[in-house]
Amino acid sequence: MVSNPLSIGFAGLELANPTILASGILGYSSESLSRVAKGGAGAVVTKSIGIDARPGYSNPTIVQAEAGLINAMGLPNPGIDVYAEEIKFSKTVLRVPIIVSVFGYSAEEYAMVAKKAAEAGAEAVELNVSCPHVKQTGAEIGQSPKFLKEVVQLVKASINKPLIVKLSPNVADITVLAQAAVEAGADALTAVNTLKAMAIDTETMQPILSNVRGGLSGAAVKPVALRCVYDIAEQSEVPIIGCGGVSDWRDAVEFMLAGASAVQIGTAVADNTDVFQAVTKGVETYLRKKNYGSVKDIVGLAHRK
Amino acid sequence: MKTFKFTDRLCSKAKPGQFLMLWIPGIDEIPLSILDASDNLVSVSVKAVGDATRHLHTLEAGATVGVRGPFGNYFTENRGRVLLVGGGTGTAPLLFLAKQLSTKTERLSFVEGAKTKDELLFVRELRGVCQEKSLITTTEDGTAGLQCLVTQPLGELLDKERFDMIYTCGPEVMVKKIFEMTEKRKLPLEASLERLMRCGIGLCGSCMIGKYRVCRDGPVFNASQLREVQEELGISKLGFDGSRIPI
Repeated sequence: MVSNPLSIGFAGLELANPTILASGILGYSSESLSRVAKGGAGAVVTKSIGIDARPGYSNPTIVQAEAGLINAMGLPNPGIDVYAEEIKFSKTVLRVPIIVSVFGYSAEEYAMVAKKAAEAGAEAVELNVSCPHVKQTGAEIGQSPKFLKEVVQLVKASINKPLIVKLSPNVADITVLAQAAVEAGADALTAVNTLKAMAIDTETMQPILSNVRGGLSGAAVKPVALRCVYDIAEQSEVPIIGCGGVSDWRDAVEFMLAGASAVQIGTAVADNTDVFQAVTKGVETYLRKKNYGSVKDIVGLAHRK
Repeated sequence: MKTFKFTDRLCSKAKPGQFLMLWIPGIDEIPLSILDASDNLVSVSVKAVGDATRHLHTLEAGATVGVRGPFGNYFTENRGRVLLVGGGTGTAPLLFLAKQLSTKTERLSFVEGAKTKDELLFVRELRGVCQEKSLITTTEDGTAGLQCLVTQPLGELLDKERFDMIYTCGPEVMVKKIFEMTEKRKLPLEASLERLMRCGIGLCGSCMIGKYRVCRDGPVFNASQLREVQEELGISKLGFDGSRIPI
């Protein structure tokens, strides 16, 4: 029996292909997650869920930028107690792993939500650390090695499932944060979340987003996200999931050569919810042309001397 | 109800069924059905029901608003015997459709309903595009037209005449009833739906009905798609926080 050249396992997860739905995209309901899974995703990450329900910011919550999107949704979510039911139901209709994205304003909140998500059936938990710390306004947890360690440690102690930390690129040296997360027990890292950005309307002379600042995603961030993956892979053996501007098979291959075991796709899903299938097919053809028997064989090859 | 017309090259190319996202700077950005589009101009009809729409009603000619769009799909053009059924503000995109179809279809009939006379929209314009005696109006309180819901004259029409396509837009409970009526008679249907929207471009998942994104796969859905989501249609939707709430 010929083994699947696209299958990859890391951090306790087994995927049939290395493409994953990024958090925040069609991630509220089991129907939308299921649609994405049918579109070929090897796994899905849910919308970020917190301890309490949040309605999010008022519109405008997105700006269509030159080569990407700037968003400031404000983490709208129904809270873990309500969403736990959605997770349970999703497990009955999804044929791929469901990774629940979790956020909080303190280590205790992260741990509580992560625990409930795991109990509801999450195959893994991904921490969204691009959130302000409740004890220190202005600072994001993902920008502070100290707070990041505190959060990761407590979550790790609270769940029995793989723990992924999604790092913020809005830092001077991402390898410092990566190291902190790994030392605290992260099983894998997602590099990276969105880049802090904004847009101003010249007619009314004011910022467009209701929250003023937002996160840039899409093609514009790919070179930055790619460099982040490369930097982390240079310093660490921890499995990395590349995230930022992936829209075709070549992007995915670049991330894998840089050191990613898998990639997340978000912004590109808008134009085509079957993008995962297209990317996977392209990677498969590439492997055949380059004579590699498995996608595992190309992870980190760009680091060869 | 007020109609606002503004210049926007992209939206002026919109087709009946499409919508735009209107930014009222400093207040909100809301989805609005396109009422008319041509010559670099686009029109929307807005009822003052919340902060954004109330503020919009205070704006005067010359004011600046922000626009993204046109978004969504559009009604298919049927040139046979068509029937349009509009409820309340749902009549707006159907007027746009009626204008587009009136010179091309074999027959165009329109049933319009509202709670009261003041909410019965565009009756004069509709009389202009519908052939004689093919516009029926109803109000719940009897202040204009027949005193009943649209489903009553609709049922009689569907049993009496042959139609090649039924188009509808309005309160979802009404759309659901019309869907049940056309299903029973095995008739084709296109319904324009609405949901809470944020991105408007098919990314965030705020506007889902079943597996469909109203902003991108819709807002116009055909009978086969409506069948797939009939458990939700007219019954529940996602709230601002993503939890399921009753319609």
